[in-house]
Amino acid sequence: MGRRVLITGLGTFWGSRVAQALEADPGIDVIVGLDRNEPTVPLERTEYVRSDESYSILARIVKAARIDTIVHTFLVVDSTQMRSRTIHEINVIGTMNLFAAASAPGSTVRNVVVKSATLVYGAHPKDPVWFSEESRRAQPPKAMVERSLLEVEGYVRDFAVDNPHVNVALLRFSNVLGPDITTPLAKALELPAVPSVLGFDPRFQFVHEADVVRAILFVLDGRVQGIYNVAGDGLLPWSEVAAICGKRTFPLPPFGMGLLSEPLSRLRVIDLPPELLDLLRHGRGVDNRRLKKVGFDYHYTSAGTVADFVEALRIRRMVGNSETAYQYERDVEQFFRHSPAVVRDNE
Amino acid sequence: MATSPGPKPRKAAAKSTRTASRPRAAKVAPASRSTSVALVPVLQPDPARDLPDPRRSDVDEWGRSEHMREIARSVYGPLYRSWHRVEWEGLDKIPTDGGALLVSNHAGAIPADAPAIMHGIETELGRPVYGLADEMFKRLPVVGTMWSRVGGVLAHPDNAYRLLREQEQLALVFPEGTKGTGKTYGERYQLRRFGRGGFVQIAMRAGVPVVPIAVVGAEEAMPILWKSPQLAKLLGIPYLPITANMIAFAPLGPLGAALTLPAKIKIRVLDPIRFDVEPDQPRYSRSLIMDESERIRQQIQEALYDMLRRRESVWFG
Repeated sequence: MGRRVLITGLGTFWGSRVAQALEADPGIDVIVGLDRNEPTVPLERTEYVRSDESYSILARIVKAARIDTIVHTFLVVDSTQMRSRTIHEINVIGTMNLFAAASAPGSTVRNVVVKSATLVYGAHPKDPVWFSEESRRAQPPKAMVERSLLEVEGYVRDFAVDNPHVNVALLRFSNVLGPDITTPLAKALELPAVPSVLGFDPRFQFVHEADVVRAILFVLDGRVQGIYNVAGDGLLPWSEVAAICGKRTFPLPPFGMGLLSEPLSRLRVIDLPPELLDLLRHGRGVDNRRLKKVGFDYHYTSAGTVADFVEALRIRRMVGNSETAYQYERDVEQFFRHSPAVVRDNE
Repeated sequence: MATSPGPKPRKAAAKSTRTASRPRAAKVAPASRSTSVALVPVLQPDPARDLPDPRRSDVDEWGRSEHMREIARSVYGPLYRSWHRVEWEGLDKIPTDGGALLVSNHAGAIPADAPAIMHGIETELGRPVYGLADEMFKRLPVVGTMWSRVGGVLAHPDNAYRLLREQEQLALVFPEGTKGTGKTYGERYQLRRFGRGGFVQIAMRAGVPVVPIAVVGAEEAMPILWKSPQLAKLLGIPYLPITANMIAFAPLGPLGAALTLPAKIKIRVLDPIRFDVEPDQPRYSRSLIMDESERIRQQIQEALYDMLRRRESVWFG
């Protein structure tokens, strides 16, 4: 019998990417995707359930669909996307409910993959150059999104301890760049001059969006468990990142940025949340060797990721965004999936 | 080094997972509908074994840039040769390969010992030296970045381990820290506490020798005449001194405060110390660490007294 997978955050970039990739896997029988928003990419056989992250719905879905694998991608790591209250609801409450549902008596769940971020390490002058999975952060988090992710990881850890029969993999992704994803750093690098902090040139690490999806599939496939950093090889100074993008840096004052970031985001110039300001000051490197040791190979280094991002930017500027946006239409999707009129090859 | 391809068996394993994922990828293309939304990234063509890594600068993972080091060496060279006339004794005791932890005394408001040791070893032995320092440097704009580019690394156990054990580099550490540089002139050449012996523990864990180094002259290069603990505390810095240099070079303005007095600097390298313990242990006996730390401190202190006894002039050695 094939696997029965539940993906949270189907409407997000990662949820839809992972669902697309899993659909092609014949070893997977059922894919159920949850989100409040409709999927933004065409999906062949994934069952989309519009739902919030409330416990009762989650528990019923997990039970009814006999879910054995949960891919938890619905974690907000970009605090510029929404208000901090919403982030708390999605990250902390959503995860709590998800794991409550997964650990209900008689639960069929055997594999869990959680997509966290290296934000949990923070960025501080006392940091080591490379964080290992066991490193502790130098100071308690001030940024709200970091706090919420740490709480999420707490729930993951509790779940793993309480359910030793379940493979739990917690992936911490570094700064993601790529042709398609929009992140605060990508936005910063698309500006005519790249914001930096005067007198600081921290070293950055990146991971390519393709490697992110590959890493999730890799741990799903191999039923890998444990905590893993996912980041490309190498650290490069922020000034060099800007140079690869063919841009100059625009230094912001090293003091009083807390006050300046608010008007900048109001003016829609650039949104620099506190966790990003810390990063622009101190940078962050994470040791990626543990995931390599279990057999994962990256397709991009940190510098290679930036170069690929720049190439995609260049093409987008030349060709434009010609792709027509996909529109989810409920009735059509239902027809293709469930109508007896549709002839299905594989049955 | 870290990016070199893995050993054979692992390579084979990696390959097999990729071929396993290929049929899956191949199936997606025809199945997906004609809408031109981006497909699964698993479709990446076979990646080259050596990943493209389009770096533009030579800044390494520690933030050190050989190019910047070269500039620093050419600027500091004349100062090293003609101003402080640095003289080495026992330079051959510094290992020419393999990791080693160099441990030295530390003095002067802006210590002249660190650049002298780093410059000397890099020019004479052609080996880079990474200076381990307090996180205070990293907080300062410009200074922190410059410090990092010329080989400064935060003194963190993980950093030291990776430098010494995995990359077999030379690392220089001043266990007295700011307690050494913040001494007033009256307390010159009296070693402060060697921290909590963390440097011994790191050398034990990394399985590298400790090379003790005694430096004479840095105390006189920038002597602290008076300091204000209250004001320093207010500003959140370790010490706020009035140095002899500020008075002697007063006409030069703020630049004068950074210029060292032309004291003769003499550096003596003592015999390397190897610890008779297994590397990579999570913990080492606290008493062993403190014994070794105290012994090394004692050796450097005695070497300092010996060098001072032989010294005839602060300026001419």
